[in-house]
Amino acid sequence: MSGPSTYNPQSGFERWLDSRLPLPRLLHDTIHTFPTPKNLNIWYTFGGILAFCLGVQIVTGIVLAMHYVANANLAFNSVEGIMRDVNYGWLIRYIHANGASMFFLAVYIHMFRGLYYGSYKAPRELIWIIGVLIYVLMMATAFFGYVLPWGQMSFWGATVITNLFTAIPVVGGHIATWLWGDFAVGDATLNRFFSLHYLLPFIIAGVVGLHIWALHVPGNNNPLGIDVKSPQDTVPFHPFYTVKDAFYLTLFVILFAGFVFYAPDFFGNPDNYQPANPLVTPPDIVPEWYLLPFYAMLRSIPNKLLGVIVMAGALVTLVFLPWLDTSRVRSCRFRPLMKQFFWVFVVACVLLGYCGSQSVDAVKLGIPMVWVARIASLYYYAFFWLILPIVGLIETPKKLPASISQSVLPSAAPAE
Amino acid sequence: MAATISDAGTTRRDFLYVATGAVGGVGVAAAAWPFIDQMNPSTAALAMGSTEIDLTAVQPGQQIVYKFRGQPLFVRRRTPAEIASAKDVDVSALPDPLARNLNLPDSTLANDADRATKPEWLILVGVCTHLGCTPTVSTPQMPEGDYGGWLCHCHGSMYDTAGRIRKGPAPQNLLVPQYTFLSDTRVKVG
Repeated sequence: MSGPSTYNPQSGFERWLDSRLPLPRLLHDTIHTFPTPKNLNIWYTFGGILAFCLGVQIVTGIVLAMHYVANANLAFNSVEGIMRDVNYGWLIRYIHANGASMFFLAVYIHMFRGLYYGSYKAPRELIWIIGVLIYVLMMATAFFGYVLPWGQMSFWGATVITNLFTAIPVVGGHIATWLWGDFAVGDATLNRFFSLHYLLPFIIAGVVGLHIWALHVPGNNNPLGIDVKSPQDTVPFHPFYTVKDAFYLTLFVILFAGFVFYAPDFFGNPDNYQPANPLVTPPDIVPEWYLLPFYAMLRSIPNKLLGVIVMAGALVTLVFLPWLDTSRVRSCRFRPLMKQFFWVFVVACVLLGYCGSQSVDAVKLGIPMVWVARIASLYYYAFFWLILPIVGLIETPKKLPASISQSVLPSAAPAE
Repeated sequence: MAATISDAGTTRRDFLYVATGAVGGVGVAAAAWPFIDQMNPSTAALAMGSTEIDLTAVQPGQQIVYKFRGQPLFVRRRTPAEIASAKDVDVSALPDPLARNLNLPDSTLANDADRATKPEWLILVGVCTHLGCTPTVSTPQMPEGDYGGWLCHCHGSMYDTAGRIRKGPAPQNLLVPQYTFLSDTRVKVG
């Protein structure tokens, strides 16, 4: 994709092809000889796992679309038909439904890893920003997909999310009507969501291409957060990381299969096995688990427009991350202060998710959950807009190792 | 070169660039519009007419929910106590002081008489003005919320017995749709 090529065409055919369409050269340079830091740990295998997840969702999704009917009167029964009548339909649908959760599980690990090791810092800002774009596209795709079975949660989830736009002054109501194609969520809405749900994964695949392209210019960051200084610091991607990725992918697939075969409805909501009813809202509307932290932020603000702004702002904030971190050291391994704030941030995100899963007036251990959500939301924003800029300036980082190879060689002095 | 600049820098070629660009831009916008507007409600959706409702079966203190333009329509026959509690409110202190009644001018205040023209019959679009859930009705046997009207379980908005927002994130009172009483027991909505 970039940098000097080491491809050396062997046969006459390869030379012929290389001078016309250098596809083998591209593959050779990106997934074969690509020099990769030799110290990547387990957390760096999630990029490959995510590519696998996207592939699984596309393959199972194309199959499901062969049996699904995007019509408000038929959608629910067509999904039940997939579950009961279509050969292996139950398996393919459960892979697709749980695949979405596995996809988000992997992407959250991938993002927290980037945050911990400073993978968003120069010269990798664009990799991070493209990644945020992929994350937003994933959320849109997942939302559209969740609407398609046309159960109670599908319908009311679609109602609540599209109504977020009515918070926009003046034009908000028109935007919502435009999204619905009617005066409420209905058949027109279901049809367009199906169309977009089929389209977006291919857009994601394209943006993933940009993500990898941008990655292959500076190359991988690594757990030490220091630059590659010599060829001794790297190993070729194949076979070293193809094998490592494959091994951890296998473990991940075991977890995935565990859900599909032993707890296929673990992430689902029983209300979605009731057909959509526009007249009755279920007592507790809960989005899918991967959206809960943002849902908790929305609910913690007792003002419609502000709530929507705080929720959307939490995503927009991520775009600015590369410039909010003022530290010259990338990895939290050498940032004793930031390491602590990072783990508090992880806890705040999990707490937000928990608050989002509880009913709006829930009180646990005598504490109103809405106040927990408020404090956690405040920390979320403070982490990016205050803690990262300030800690980067006042913190004394630990001494960085001279090079990657020095820190991994047995004879080398300990890194810390 | 200096001469060209002193001529305000415009040449025949500049004119052609700008003119071509402008025509092209208008053309792209005109071509894009059908693809944007097709998302709006179709004529079939717009043509959805009005509904006539027979009120004979509705008992005092009861709420009946009808489907109107794909959305729930609340028809609530209020008890004297509910009407009294709705009247006993300082309108200027409400979160939304406007009547939100499509039968009246937009600037009408949210006095109970302008929320329900016939005090016994409160007719509302049953869509929470926060994020569109259907609020749950409050009865003396099963109270919902603190104001005797409705509670939206999604995000905790509370409405009073005139459907006015009193507490929670919803910004507006529940909408009063257009309606006319054809007789004492028949109402036409829409």
